[in-house]
Amino acid sequence: MGDIASLIFKRLGYGLITLLVISIIIFFMVELLPGDIAQAVLGQGATEENLAALREEMGLNKPAVVRYLEWLSGAVVGNFGESIVTGERVSSVITERFINTLFLAAYAAVIAVPFAITLGVIVALLRNTVFDRVANVLTLTSISSPEFFLGYILILYLSVKAQMFPAIASLSADMTFLELLHRTFLPALTLVLVVTAHMMRMTRAAIINLLASPYIEMARLKGTPPWKVIVKHALPNAWAPIINVVALNLAYLITGVVLVEVVFVYPGIGQSLVDAVSKRDFPVVQACCLIFAATFILLNLAADVGAILTNPRLRHPK
Amino acid sequence: MSIFVITYFGLLIGVSCLAAYYEKRSAFLMLFSLTLVSFVLGIVGGTGALRSVAIGAGMLAFAAGVSFAFREFLVAITPPKLAKEIKTAPLTASFGMFVIFTYAIAGIFAPWIAPYGESEVISSAFAPADANMLLGADQLGRDMFSRIIYGARNTVGLALLATMAAFFMGATAGLLAAVKGGWFDQFMGRFADVIMSIPSLIFALLMLSIFGPDITVIIIAVAIIYAPRVFRLTRAVAGNVVVMDYIEAAKLRGEKDGYLIRKEILPNSTAPLVAEFGLEFCFVFLLVAGLSFLGLGIQPPTADWGSMVRENATLISFGEITPLIPAAAIALLTVAVNFVVDWMLFRSSGLKEQ
Amino acid sequence: MTDTSAIAPGLKKDVLLKIRDLKIEGFTGETWVPIIKGVDLTLHRGEVMGLIGESGAGKSTIGAAAMGYARDGTRISDGSIEFDGIELTTSTEGEKRALRGARIAYVAQSAAASFNPSHKLIDQYTEAPLQYRIQKRLEAQEDAIELYERLRLPNPGEIGFRYPHQVSGGQLQRAMTAMAMSCRPDLIIFDEPTTALDVTTQIEVLAAIRDIVDQFNTAAIYITHDLAVVAQMADTIKVLLKGEEVEEASTEVMLKSPKEDYTKSLWAVRSFERPQKPRPENATPLISVQNVDASYTGGDKVLDDVSFDIYEGMTVAVVGESGSGKSTTARCITGLLPPSSGQILFKGEPLPPKYTDRSKDQLRQSQMIYQMADTALNPKVRISEIIGRPAQFYSGLKGTALKSRVDELLDLIELEPSKYYDRFPPELSGGQKQRIGIARALAAEPTFIICDEVTSALDQLVAEGILRLLDRLQKELNLAYMFITHDLATVRAIADEVVVMQHGKVVEQGPKTEMFKPPHHPYTDLLLSSVPEMDPNWLTTLLEERGVDNVGEAADV
Repeated sequence: MGDIASLIFKRLGYGLITLLVISIIIFFMVELLPGDIAQAVLGQGATEENLAALREEMGLNKPAVVRYLEWLSGAVVGNFGESIVTGERVSSVITERFINTLFLAAYAAVIAVPFAITLGVIVALLRNTVFDRVANVLTLTSISSPEFFLGYILILYLSVKAQMFPAIASLSADMTFLELLHRTFLPALTLVLVVTAHMMRMTRAAIINLLASPYIEMARLKGTPPWKVIVKHALPNAWAPIINVVALNLAYLITGVVLVEVVFVYPGIGQSLVDAVSKRDFPVVQACCLIFAATFILLNLAADVGAILTNPRLRHPK
Repeated sequence: MSIFVITYFGLLIGVSCLAAYYEKRSAFLMLFSLTLVSFVLGIVGGTGALRSVAIGAGMLAFAAGVSFAFREFLVAITPPKLAKEIKTAPLTASFGMFVIFTYAIAGIFAPWIAPYGESEVISSAFAPADANMLLGADQLGRDMFSRIIYGARNTVGLALLATMAAFFMGATAGLLAAVKGGWFDQFMGRFADVIMSIPSLIFALLMLSIFGPDITVIIIAVAIIYAPRVFRLTRAVAGNVVVMDYIEAAKLRGEKDGYLIRKEILPNSTAPLVAEFGLEFCFVFLLVAGLSFLGLGIQPPTADWGSMVRENATLISFGEITPLIPAAAIALLTVAVNFVVDWMLFRSSGLKEQ
Repeated sequence: MTDTSAIAPGLKKDVLLKIRDLKIEGFTGETWVPIIKGVDLTLHRGEVMGLIGESGAGKSTIGAAAMGYARDGTRISDGSIEFDGIELTTSTEGEKRALRGARIAYVAQSAAASFNPSHKLIDQYTEAPLQYRIQKRLEAQEDAIELYERLRLPNPGEIGFRYPHQVSGGQLQRAMTAMAMSCRPDLIIFDEPTTALDVTTQIEVLAAIRDIVDQFNTAAIYITHDLAVVAQMADTIKVLLKGEEVEEASTEVMLKSPKEDYTKSLWAVRSFERPQKPRPENATPLISVQNVDASYTGGDKVLDDVSFDIYEGMTVAVVGESGSGKSTTARCITGLLPPSSGQILFKGEPLPPKYTDRSKDQLRQSQMIYQMADTALNPKVRISEIIGRPAQFYSGLKGTALKSRVDELLDLIELEPSKYYDRFPPELSGGQKQRIGIARALAAEPTFIICDEVTSALDQLVAEGILRLLDRLQKELNLAYMFITHDLATVRAIADEVVVMQHGKVVEQGPKTEMFKPPHHPYTDLLLSSVPEMDPNWLTTLLEERGVDNVGEAADV
């Protein structure tokens, strides 16, 4: 077990360092701003006095490294400073929205993951048949469509024409859970469509790759029935690739969520990011970017740890 | 039972029987499952649903016909060696080539094809389609069709430029890393890992918020975001070539890195690299479209598909499909490129499916 | 086994497997092409038949077909396969599945890849008996342990409870044989079971397989390309060439008096032997490896105090099993892996340890020929440029001078220049590619060539041709060769001096004639005696000499 523990620790450490480097990139990129933040906030017409006052207020007179360390130590405890535009604490704006985004992603994942993996395995077993080819064309089409295309099609047909679901996924505090699911169904479905296609293709590739192993042929030549070949011989070795597929696609959800939130006017963190970008509200942009990147890294980390834990060679060292 | 429904089922069942008789197993399975699905659809959705199925099937058949004809056309006009390759292309791939070809024509000859100027206001806002305007007018009364044609030039051109920039950076670094190995390879690998652990759209938004939405910024941002992906793939492909004994032989002969890359590695990695270019183009194209959809891409009044969707989105709530057209244009090109790439990957099989 | 009375007339009637006019096709991506073109095969109960042939002869395909199995991309297009009265070509998947594992079992070439990494060996063993409800789990496990013991696996009671990656290659191969035996099948297909193993490990596996097949009187089809191995194992030998049968006879008859020319040529291959040259007197060695230690980054020492000399115009064979460090030594000499201590002298002058620090002339002097001609030649470059580039690079030849040099080189390697000048490597056969590799080395006008297992990927006749060519070139151009090989037949044929390596150390070195005469170093002895000979009684005699418990890993020194 020692091997596994040390491998996982190494991987965790590597993830932490990556996150640190990313925080540096996110922070210092803003420093590359032509002029500085104060200039960007007040615009070209600002007077020297106003600029100086704002710089003083935002602590811009301190060296960048000091400000970075302050920002980072704040970020660790969830304090991202104040919004330039509204003056509100960034964390108070973002926290609730982040939870909303996580809810939407989880909603989509709960539907997409089992669905996509089952379909992926089925398509892998039916490879080179008509169904496989049709699935190939359909998934390629789905992957190729921008999220807003799928989203608007769903709105057009399921909301405007069929009037089954609301086109705008606004939330209110007094909703029941069922109502919530109903309101957010269309954005979730959009995400499901994109992610399922990706996940199906990757699962299919992973399974086909596995079925070509000599030990699968050996199992067949031992007279093992086909279902048992899959369950007993293929599946135990398929965990690592499948975990990888799931994590990669959950990470993909995180990016896809931004566009979907805008289409459905969903109060998530992606929407805040887009607003902040157009208003050049840098503390909010930095906070959102850091949160997205951290989630992304965490998911990749989970995939790698999963792969380590399910690897028989590592679980049973020599 | 309308005549349409009777013809519909009669045709399906008849053709299924023919397929079964001539032992076209896959065609039969397809047709007959369609028949079964149609029974259910007919009961649930009525004649309307069947009609849409029929229209869909007709469009598919039309697309297949066009693809077939286009493939034969390509086979006829290309030199024999290339023609032999193209002959093996499945219909999906030749459909893809046809779409790419059409877009290229539209993009290159946009000013001659488009009936009106890019930002020429010719009627009232959201005017419906008529004899002059194939697709109606947009929110400012500009001709939608003309703007879509111009969009082919602007949106695709931008994505192409950005992909080329990313590809140039990534592939050069990847080839160098494969040949040099050692710390350079290690460092570049780690660097790519870090960049890739920021989601691409988020990274693009960060850079755009700082430097403002400008075409140069978009190209540079996309190049920085996608170069690591190209780097990784090139490194992997070249890595498979570098371990070959002929590379060792050339190294021991005293050849320089430039010779190794040009003469020994590149000729053996072109197929996967070309496929990767197509794949990256799709990602970049979707990203650029997404950015302009968010209002952070190409700025008005330049015609751009992503922002056209956004600008006309309100029409959706009136049940209009106009805003879907530029979105469909984006999807169609991406699908087309993906179809071609899919075939190339299958041919070269030097690259695993993503 | 080798006793021909095993297939006495009385037994002959009891036919187990009857294949008639079998035709199998393979899919090339566009069309189906025939791989097996009408082969007949009759196997009796308890008989062991050796299928022998070069790569591409279709041996393995026939082996799979005997189980009614066609691999992906192949199909049985015609003929009949009758196993104990059951016609396999027309029976259903379910019927065939009921035979597999229970009555026909399979032993694959790569045991490491053919065991499922997620399950313990013994669980994979008991799978078939449980499936066919022959035994309960515990009984099956006891049975497994007994078989492990019979196959002389170390710790038979415990080894089955390990995972495949925890067991060595030779042991895995025996565990797989045990697994094939689990339902006591009537027929086992052995598909090159020892090809991936070292000679010293091969013996123990061969002995174990032979004993177990004998004890249970199981019929077997033994597929291999190694004549000497098949001579030990089989009662009858069937020779295949390109999907067709050449001839079939009992082992003794086949070895003594083969009928067909092709079979005779296979036997005759090992006839080439050239006289041994003495070292030139008072000469400086061309290459002198002095006290070289080396290791890969961060790893253990792979070379430990290696020293030997190579004189002008002589051939030094470096012999050892995989992992002995013979290829690493070559990497040190070429400068790909700088030694951690020690030095390499060229004509008495020390060479810079890294190849990047060596001058063009130093690089030119030593050239290399590789084992796999497929990976040694760039598939996208024309033959004229492959051969022409070194001439252009070192001697600055251009235009017609370059072309005539390439022609000259092609002549030298006995390939018609006009025919090969513009072709690409994938269009050539294995032997031709290897010749192009030789020409590329010669184009640099070297004095010293490293030949890394140059003949081991080639069919025997072709290999013979290459050896003769190398010998001729050595005489004409006064070349020195360092011949890396694990094949002692090659050593006998071409070497002047022999260096034996084991675990990164030089165990013994000297002139060839001395090396092949006792007394040897114990490892040299083991290595020499482990190489199968054509004599069908070789294994029996050897086991008697060494004692059954003293072979392979047990005899490791």
